[in-house]
Amino acid sequence: MSNPLAKKSWSPYAVGAGIGVLSWFAFWTAGHPLGISTAFEHTAALILNAAVPGLEESNSYYQQQSPKIGWGWMVVVGVFVGSTISSLTSGDRESITVPPRWESRFGSSALFRLTIALLSSGLMMFGARLAQGCTSGHGISGSLQLAASSWLFSLTFFLVAVLTAFLVYGRATRDV
Amino acid sequence: MFDPLWKSALGLLTGIIFGVLLQKGRVAKFHVIVGQFLFRDWTVVKIMGTAVVVGSVGIYALLPSEAVSLHIKPLVWVGVVGGGICFGVGMAIFGYCPGTGVAACGEGRRDAMVGVLGMLLGAGLYVSSYPQLSGLLQSGGDAGRVTLPESTDTSPWLWIVGLCLLAIAGFAFLAWRSRGASLRRQDESRRHDATRSDEKPRPDEKPRTVRAQR
Repeated sequence: MSNPLAKKSWSPYAVGAGIGVLSWFAFWTAGHPLGISTAFEHTAALILNAAVPGLEESNSYYQQQSPKIGWGWMVVVGVFVGSTISSLTSGDRESITVPPRWESRFGSSALFRLTIALLSSGLMMFGARLAQGCTSGHGISGSLQLAASSWLFSLTFFLVAVLTAFLVYGRATRDV
Repeated sequence: MFDPLWKSALGLLTGIIFGVLLQKGRVAKFHVIVGQFLFRDWTVVKIMGTAVVVGSVGIYALLPSEAVSLHIKPLVWVGVVGGGICFGVGMAIFGYCPGTGVAACGEGRRDAMVGVLGMLLGAGLYVSSYPQLSGLLQSGGDAGRVTLPESTDTSPWLWIVGLCLLAIAGFAFLAWRSRGASLRRQDESRRHDATRSDEKPRPDEKPRTVRAQR
């Protein structure tokens, strides 16, 4: 029998069903919806608190929220570990800095790609925290609970991302 | 500040499975994410759609047994819509979402590694401007932690059955369309081969055929 981990890809429907079952597991064992971005918020809050003296008293965030390193944080570590294992066992490693489709639109400058990656990922995470969830917390976990907030978030971000992608990458880029 | 060890270990296990699934689903890749928003690659919709349908059946089936409970996020209008706009612009340009960005680091992608730093900065901006933001976010009102069936006074199973049917119809349509497209491509390249000997292909045809054969 061949090792499924050695395959480079699985059917998207099988992967989706797997994530669905995994979300039952997360709800049942930990009482948590599967999510990623809360851990980033808590990490940033703890770093800021350690770096800026007196922030805990001056910023109301620390009275209303209790940042922690726990289940959600370990999920993020696990995603990195799991993806590393998966890509090593199948040989699907892509140690690239400038993705081909980006290169065909904006050229091969690594500095430019990394600068924009830093800014766009920052904007994305800022948005995720405004809405209290990302593609996992709202898009999957919230939508599957039929949460009104999650469906509104998912439809909004998808529509805006489509408009942005056509404006930024457009039809001119080649299929890569 | 810390969860008990067993709970953190459960988180790690859950995350590892999630990471394997994201990597095998090919969504830790820039061209797959951007391809979805350009309607050239439907992997993201297939995965998210299946996950939502399968997840909702299980969670709502388990609810009466009290093995699980719902964790609904509040519908803060300005936060959800404003957040969705920032998220959509950022994700389309970055080419990864928070979870797939972390998974992309596991694949060795360096732009995603810088993105993890960027995500920490974005989260830090949110935390440090929290006192100013919280008033602004609430300014458009807060509809509370409501679900779609609650707000319409309908059964959740009506929604779940509807979602299942929508997903089946959508996936069947995608399969039918991609089958049609590949047949058309075969047809086109066959015709192209037949005419190649006696007629030079028009220059605008050439790249399309090369792409289709790949």
